[in-house]
Amino acid sequence: MSDETKARQELIARSFIEAIPHARALGMNLTEIGDGRATITMAYDKKLVGDPETGVIHGGAVSALMDTCSGAAVMAHPTGPLGTATIDLRIDYMRSAKPGDTITATAECYHVTRSVAFIRATATDADTSRPVATATGAFTIETGGAK
Amino acid sequence: MAKRPEPVQIVKQRRDAALQRLVGQVPYIQFLGIEFERHGDELTAVMPFSEQNIGNPMIPALHGGATAAFLEVAAIIELSWAMTWEDMEAGAISDDSPRILLPKTIDFTVDYLRSGLPRDAYARARVNRLGRRYASVHVEGWQDNKSRIFAQATGHFLMPARDG
Repeated sequence: MSDETKARQELIARSFIEAIPHARALGMNLTEIGDGRATITMAYDKKLVGDPETGVIHGGAVSALMDTCSGAAVMAHPTGPLGTATIDLRIDYMRSAKPGDTITATAECYHVTRSVAFIRATATDADTSRPVATATGAFTIETGGAK
Repeated sequence: MAKRPEPVQIVKQRRDAALQRLVGQVPYIQFLGIEFERHGDELTAVMPFSEQNIGNPMIPALHGGATAAFLEVAAIIELSWAMTWEDMEAGAISDDSPRILLPKTIDFTVDYLRSGLPRDAYARARVNRLGRRYASVHVEGWQDNKSRIFAQATGHFLMPARDG
């Protein structure tokens, strides 16, 4: 892949995230992208709390982060998809994220066919040695060709 | 002599207050604008359309993450509601009782069946198993047509420790 193609692809993927109202509302920030992988951070915010007793972020916000990150990884795949949509996504919640910590999700396409991308994702807080959540999912690959 | 049935307003007031206690305590539910409608013990979660829940502005479609969160909220509230119903009906829950502990999600799997339209979304959850420690809940979401489910999910939950 030429540098120009790569730069163009990164631009597409980056604007893909920035153009998503829900990702903006949750304060997501894309930090790394390319070659079927993406990393997105989400800062702690009181409005995202799911358990008022502990101040722990709601699982749904972590799901949204994982979903967005996975979609970005698909968009950054070298086959150059024009679009993607989630077919299914399973999240395993390993432990509560520490209140106050930024959550970082990393997703990768571990297998891609002409029409489907299979992804894996991991989310951590400041303690990167123990994942907060992991996810596996299948995403569509839109190529703009005949359906 | 048989006990006289409670006046209907008292019953409704008690149930609505209990539901409000569950829902009103969670900031993320407010953030997504999710509300609950109640008929007897049946709950319907409603997520009114909001620009901030859009994931793909080109179509436009709801964000898969907003959909997942909506279904997870519907599942957790339904489960907490089922868990506290008997105590609530027995009048054991009042304004001064301690905050209701919520179940914790172990895993949650969402099937996206069609793209979420820029419209209000509705969801109903069904508790398939409610054990002392673990619970399994299925939830279905729809928009304009109840028969055209746009997303469904299954989740497993760890129940909060209870006395007795």
